[in-house]
Amino acid sequence: MSHFLALGALSIALPAGSEWWVVATAALCGAVCGLLGTYLVLRRLSMLGDALTHAILPGLAGAFLLTGTRNPIAMLAGALVVGLFTSAASAGLSRLGRVQQDAALGVVFTALFALGVLLITRAADQVDLDPGCVLYGMLETLALTPAGTVPRQFAMLAGVLMLSVLVFGLFARQIKLVSFHPELATSLGVPAGLVHYAMLTLITAASVASFEAVGSILVIAMLVAPGATALLLTHRWERAFVLAGVIGGMAGLIGSVAALRLNTSVAGASSVAAGVLFVLAALFSPSRGWVPKRWRLASLSLRIRREDILGALYRIQVEHRPLADVHRDTTSLARGLRGHVAIWQLSRRGFVSHEAATKPQIGFELTKPGIIYATKLLRAHRLWEAYLAKEGSLPSDHLHDPSERMEHFIEEALAEKLGAEVQTQLDPHGREIPVSKQSPDTGIQKKENNRIS
Amino acid sequence: MSDLTRFILLEDYNTRIVALGCMVLGASCGALGTFTLLRGRALVADTLSHASLPGVCVAFLLLGTRELPLLLLGALVFGVLGVLSLAWIRRATPVKEDAALAITLSVFFGLGICLLISVQHDPRGAHAGLEGFIFGKAASMVRADVITSGCTALLVLLVLLGGWRWFSLLCFDRSFGDAIGRRMGAIDLLLMALVCVCTVAALPAVGLVMAVALLTIPPAAARFWTDRLNVMCGLSALFGAIAGYVGAGASAVARDLSTGPVIVLSCALIFGVSMLIAPGRGVLARGLVRLRMRRRMAEQNLLRAIYELDEQRANKPSPGASDLRQEQGVTLDALALKRSWSMAQLDVLITRATRAGNLQDAGTTGVGTRSYRLTSAGRQAAARLVRAHRLWELFLIEQARIAPDHVDRDADAIEHVLPEHVIADLERQLIAEGRLPRELLLDMPASPHAIQRTSNAGVSA
Repeated sequence: MSHFLALGALSIALPAGSEWWVVATAALCGAVCGLLGTYLVLRRLSMLGDALTHAILPGLAGAFLLTGTRNPIAMLAGALVVGLFTSAASAGLSRLGRVQQDAALGVVFTALFALGVLLITRAADQVDLDPGCVLYGMLETLALTPAGTVPRQFAMLAGVLMLSVLVFGLFARQIKLVSFHPELATSLGVPAGLVHYAMLTLITAASVASFEAVGSILVIAMLVAPGATALLLTHRWERAFVLAGVIGGMAGLIGSVAALRLNTSVAGASSVAAGVLFVLAALFSPSRGWVPKRWRLASLSLRIRREDILGALYRIQVEHRPLADVHRDTTSLARGLRGHVAIWQLSRRGFVSHEAATKPQIGFELTKPGIIYATKLLRAHRLWEAYLAKEGSLPSDHLHDPSERMEHFIEEALAEKLGAEVQTQLDPHGREIPVSKQSPDTGIQKKENNRIS
Repeated sequence: MSDLTRFILLEDYNTRIVALGCMVLGASCGALGTFTLLRGRALVADTLSHASLPGVCVAFLLLGTRELPLLLLGALVFGVLGVLSLAWIRRATPVKEDAALAITLSVFFGLGICLLISVQHDPRGAHAGLEGFIFGKAASMVRADVITSGCTALLVLLVLLGGWRWFSLLCFDRSFGDAIGRRMGAIDLLLMALVCVCTVAALPAVGLVMAVALLTIPPAAARFWTDRLNVMCGLSALFGAIAGYVGAGASAVARDLSTGPVIVLSCALIFGVSMLIAPGRGVLARGLVRLRMRRRMAEQNLLRAIYELDEQRANKPSPGASDLRQEQGVTLDALALKRSWSMAQLDVLITRATRAGNLQDAGTTGVGTRSYRLTSAGRQAAARLVRAHRLWELFLIEQARIAPDHVDRDADAIEHVLPEHVIADLERQLIAEGRLPRELLLDMPASPHAIQRTSNAGVSA
């Protein structure tokens, strides 16, 4: 729903007319490259995308110099030859010359790019390809498209998109196998090398089709960023590829609209948009995002702090042990940001209360539900100690620390089993293992555990 | 011709300046690149150089200046930002290194392009010439630029020498460094910062797209020549300097050859030549080793084949002295049948073996083809080969349980691979089967039982 709202807002901001072609081409380029580039990301060959888009420059220049026209077929052929050569040559260098793979790639593509720049600058008087356009394209000129015609760049990209969809539809199984496990694919009779080079051919075709419009920089961005973004959001192969296409399209759309508003480079803005989408996914992806991960960790550590406080209070209040005897004294547990939040949560849940504190130096004490909860904790702790002493035959001074960690993760069922196992009312230190008087449980611990796991 | 001498001697003051700058740059990039290459992060430089473009633009927009040191400072800031974002992606997300590199590269560069276009729309910036940073404009370097680049490069070299031990530890055994309590993460970051400084210093000369070449190609070329870190580092610096010199000179002579691409292409040329001709790791040298190996194996196979043919005839339970049959030698046809040799191959092999004194011509047999027999030296050599081969076969069948026809290797070293008692066992077994070459029987440890059995098989040594 929010997407539609956002799109609605954008379309109001959008200037009308043939600038739509700019937006459509950028979005289409994002979709095509995103779809195909996911393969590179899965094969961990992302930098090959970078290398390919740079290295096809001499192919384009050579085709132009040979034919003297900007005939797209000739350009495509030239770029394909050089593009496949790049991939084969870097693989060959690393095998034949035993050069590291990334270094081999660096050698090949920089040399080819240098050759391309030389060719273009030498032929500058007869070519209207300038090296700058190779990097960031001339998408803005599409706004000058006469009404009623479809720009060539758009048509080429649409062609590549249809071809890719066709190839994916026909050979989904093979591509899937090769993108995860080429060796397995080979052993199952799928020609992994052929599939790989077919994918590289498609990618090179997409680069060439995008080249004139958006330049190499957007191609690199769109080949890798949407794929990586999609893989942060899903674990399913089919979904990742489709999602990458959609994300690429969105990045192109957002970027081009923003660029037209801000009067800057469409290619640059679109790749920044792709980057922003990636960062958003990296931060907020439900399963693998940074923020949800930190959130889970933070809530776990808060629960542990809450339970530590309850355990310490129980020892002081119910067992009447001196403050100094309790492992970590309650006042330091309640200090700091985490301690304050933990106390606040405990009192909100009614486990501790500030009124009528029997020990003023602590400032709060357990309520009835708090005692029930703490009983379970302490029971888990001492059962674990007893179990460790019995089964692990650890000395008694090595029992507390592991149990202090484990007590937070022993559920009701496990506690029952432990109880049946140790068959004792006293822990190894001679203290009573408390029994919760109000079983079956109040569901508190269960709920807490679910939240963590 | 005068152009060429002008180029070689760097007669023009301007050319000299540019060449000096490019050489210092090439040398420091080459030296630093050694470490990034060995660390397996050759392409990080590519990402960092692309990431520095927005810095140049921001510095220009904020400060309104075209002073190179200030622009480079901006580039450095964004390069470091690039390093940090790489580190963040690696730490906080499950995204793989290569994707992190490509994403950082393209997004920062895209931002740079946006800013660049804005600069061009800006009335101050229309002629700022910031595009020069993309492809490099070494020819327009002035003295101050060279001093800036040169000082930066020298600084990098000094840091590199100062931290030599720690950088090499980082490349070769990072976990050892961690174990002895060094902060390898910080050293890694320092290395990345140096890469940043180096690529930024190289921007005016070769441009950001090709800056990675200076850091990658010379060390990759140097790697072919040596296995020692300090030699590799020195060679790499030398290669970088040569490429810088050639690039600067070439663009001074021919106006339409721009410096950056020529530097990169001369690096690539050095790389290609090194890959071909370097001793040890070079393609030709390794090919030669393989060729020699294959030739030696073919020669040994020939000797073994002749010996085994002789042996078959000797063991045939037909009348006639076996020695006489041996004198007849082995015909070419029989040899060609024994293994899948073509006649031409066989011809070459026989010529070589004859020249080595292992084989001699035994004249023409009745059928009309030539035949050959082993000389006594050849017979000894062949017997040793047959013994090694059969021991190896037996070992594979009996003890390693591998089908021996799958393994065809030079088995001379069998004594060094297998423990002595295993060899003695195997030999005893060979003797028991009557398959130990009889030339070697005399050297065998006595084994009455086995010899008694073999005497039936007609071995009368």
